Amino acid sequence: MSESVSIKLTTKDFKSDQEVRWCPGCGDYAILAAVQSFMPELGIPRERIVFISGIGCSSRFPYYMNTYGMHSIHGRAPAIATGLSVSRPDLSVWVVTGDGDALSIGGNHLIHALRRNVNLKILLFNNKIYGLTKGQYSPTSEVGKITKSTPVGSTDSPFNPISLALGAEASFVARTIDSDRKHLQSVLRAASQHQGSAFIEIYQNCNIFNDGAFDVLKEPATRDDFLIRLEHGKPITFGADGEWCVVHPPGGFGLSVERTAETDQAHVLVHDATVADPAYAFALSRLPDLDLRHTPIGLFRSVDRPAYDNLVREQVTAAQSKLTRGLDEEFAALLGSGDTWTIL
Amino acid sequence: MTKQVRQLDRVVIRFAGDSGDGMQLTGDRFTSETAQLGNDISTLPNFPAEIRAPAGTLPGVSSFQVHFADFDILTPGDAPNVLVAMNPAALKANLRDLPGGADIIVNTDEFTTRNLTKVGYTANPLEDGSLDGYAVHPVGLTSMTVRALADLDVSKKDAERAKNMFALGLLSWMYSRPYESTITFLERKFAARPELVAANIAAFKAGWNFGETTEDFAVRYEVKPAKMSPGNYRNVTGNTALALGVVAARVRSGRPVVLGAYPITPASDILHELSKHKRFDVTTVQAEDEIAAIGVALGASYGGALGVTSTSGPGVALKGETISLAVALELPLIIIDVQRAGPSTGMPTKTEQADLNMALFGRHGEAPVAVIAPKSPSDCFYAVLDAARIALTYRTPVILLSDGYIANGSEPWLLPEIADLPDLSVEFATEPNGPAGEFLPYLRDPKTLARPWAIPGTPGLEHRIGGLEKADKTGDISYDPANHDLMVRTRAARIEAIEVPDIEVEDPDGDARVLVLGWGSTYGPIGAACRALRQRGCAIAQAHLRHLSPMPRNLGEVLKRYDKVVIPEMNLGQLAHVIRARHLIDVIGYNQVRGLPFTAAELETMLEEVVKNV
Ligand code: SF4
Repeated sequence: MSESVSIKLTTKDFKSDQEVRWCPGCGDYAILAAVQSFMPELGIPRERIVFISGIGCSSRFPYYMNTYGMHSIHGRAPAIATGLSVSRPDLSVWVVTGDGDALSIGGNHLIHALRRNVNLKILLFNNKIYGLTKGQYSPTSEVGKITKSTPVGSTDSPFNPISLALGAEASFVARTIDSDRKHLQSVLRAASQHQGSAFIEIYQNCNIFNDGAFDVLKEPATRDDFLIRLEHGKPITFGADGEWCVVHPPGGFGLSVERTAETDQAHVLVHDATVADPAYAFALSRLPDLDLRHTPIGLFRSVDRPAYDNLVREQVTAAQSKLTRGLDEEFAALLGSGDTWTIL
Repeated sequence: MTKQVRQLDRVVIRFAGDSGDGMQLTGDRFTSETAQLGNDISTLPNFPAEIRAPAGTLPGVSSFQVHFADFDILTPGDAPNVLVAMNPAALKANLRDLPGGADIIVNTDEFTTRNLTKVGYTANPLEDGSLDGYAVHPVGLTSMTVRALADLDVSKKDAERAKNMFALGLLSWMYSRPYESTITFLERKFAARPELVAANIAAFKAGWNFGETTEDFAVRYEVKPAKMSPGNYRNVTGNTALALGVVAARVRSGRPVVLGAYPITPASDILHELSKHKRFDVTTVQAEDEIAAIGVALGASYGGALGVTSTSGPGVALKGETISLAVALELPLIIIDVQRAGPSTGMPTKTEQADLNMALFGRHGEAPVAVIAPKSPSDCFYAVLDAARIALTYRTPVILLSDGYIANGSEPWLLPEIADLPDLSVEFATEPNGPAGEFLPYLRDPKTLARPWAIPGTPGLEHRIGGLEKADKTGDISYDPANHDLMVRTRAARIEAIEVPDIEVEDPDGDARVLVLGWGSTYGPIGAACRALRQRGCAIAQAHLRHLSPMPRNLGEVLKRYDKVVIPEMNLGQLAHVIRARHLIDVIGYNQVRGLPFTAAELETMLEEVVKNV
């Protein structure tokens, strides 16, 4: 993790000279703009920020950031970023990925980065479709989805990315939405202050192949009843007038939604992202129905856990601190250790 | 009783037993004692893939062969002069390799009806006359060890387990080996259990004393030290030499090393060894899979470290896409492939050279990389340094092809002076290089064609790279047809621009008409065969390829000097194919894929035929 230094940068400083080439109207534009305008807040010089992506529409992202960046190969960004972060603790390393990139071809790398708790900010743009390859169902597409590769409907059960991240022991798990810049930036802010892996699922509209996938969370007519905004330390209520609340019914494992008016105030859950047991955040992640009703956004979980790269560096630094001679001499001693003999 | 002492110039001993019998350790110790004496040595372990195959069965046999001599030798020896067989399985599995008259020391305690039946002996070979052509020494290794330890406070099981030290003591006596280093070793190894130190030392001494007193061993042998260059030596396996070479590359380049690796036979020892050297700023990451392992290495190289990944063939197959990415990104990267018998899982503990095609061609698109192959265990050290030189200077992935034979085999190594090792220091880009004060990440050095290595953290050089085709100089995404053609050709030219030394030919008579060309681990057996032929007045020239991509510039000219070119390979002719294609000469392939190195004798016979018929 980088310590902050006092430098003054603006949104413009983070825009590269490359022409942005997403489809007009794509949710990626809003995310890019939100990230670019958030970056100055980090207080980290541009040269110490690195964006690493895999393959997919979202993975074009690094080209548009005037920082260091690598557009790598499909699914492998978390692994490459791990190598960078483990050897360069002075950098702020961000991974940009999508639902296909992170959860299908790169699923293994994602879960292992999260379990290790590498210092990476992982932004997963979830549009529930393969965009770059022109519209096949993805590992987050709903069962029955009609796409180019599933003309009579998908028979795959989708992943719930938040549940998956929690199952992989992620220490920081959040969800936000492309169109809500304020919320998106609040999540980025929390992530930037987190030690270890910060996993952020961003619902992103692909207006070409899966348009309107998240409209119920955005339309004034539905959003109040569909969206649950998690706020640390606050009772979990939602609806236009807070008429709904989340409770933990006695005897059950999961959570349920009740009418606030009919619920004892003492039973309304107060959100605490720092609960050590991931079961709580997991239960939150299972609240949404198939039609996205009761979708929580915000910070599900944020707990302290040692970061892998910090631990690795500590071992290296500890070994280095015991050195009493130069590397050449130390190496000569290493070569000559064990059974040696001399020929005169 | 004074025993007769006979001088020998060379001996090959094979220790064979059940995989739980400690044969590798026994062989290692005998090797170490032999090294102390100044003999030249070459060793070859051979172990089952299963960690503990069923006891007493043929698949469970583990062996260790050591060849030592008073002159410089090139191989672990074709056929053992002495076989130590700890059980009937070990005898049965190894007998066919023994020449008539060889000494066989057998542990008679294990020759029970049950153990004999287990491996298909219907009669006891020690009694049925089938071993009449050999000098058999029946020794009750287990029972004598247990008796020797009767007064010590150890369980019967621990006492029986010390029988390998009894055998080692006996052999050490037979060949007049100094044993102080073994005593020290045992004291260290069992430091936490003093009763085992005592037991193993007692077993060793009992074996030694048995040799001295029994009449069955009437002769004791000596092998005088070999004439070797003065200096400090150690015995080293290929895998250890590879790991030490990686540390040397770190020391000589000033760049930290990050090794990404996933456990795989026979390469895991490189990961184990390097994980011990953190004080050199060598970081090891045991990744979640082979792809992540190379991803970690490449990510580290992007950040200015020297990224290394070590694996075997199946791992390289998985890493192919990332190697291609490294080709496009033009970053330094070392991929160590300790080849094993394939395809698929194949025979993980057995050797082969069949990954050459994959190293040269096994990627999508035109994705040339440098390929280098060490020729012996100690040469692995220098091969890694050379791989690091190429990777760092030319900003390219380099594949290093070792194999199971040299990975586990060992030989004495004259330790180098650190200051004599090549200087691998590199310079990062720190300033914009463009005409308008901009940074051009793909502007090349005119000589090496390498692009600048501008690492994150460098102010003013922020840039983006990726797997999409890049425009010349700017590195911007480009789909321009002419640009793609230029970039593909430039990447190929960059590999061809790599400086590699000319290939040297060993032809002491100067009139050979046949050249034998090898690469990698076949150097030893080919060299030994050529020597034997020359001793018999048969002229033959030997040349060995270390650089397989790019190949030495004088190779074509060298090949054309000879009437016949023979290429022995532990594959079905992969180098031969390349040489035919590149140089339009009809080479003679000699190919074997048995999971074992060539023997010098079979190469000698084959080459003699070729020489006779030119
Ligand atoms: S295909 Fe979809 S996700 Fe991709 S750029 Fe177009 S709108 Fe965006």
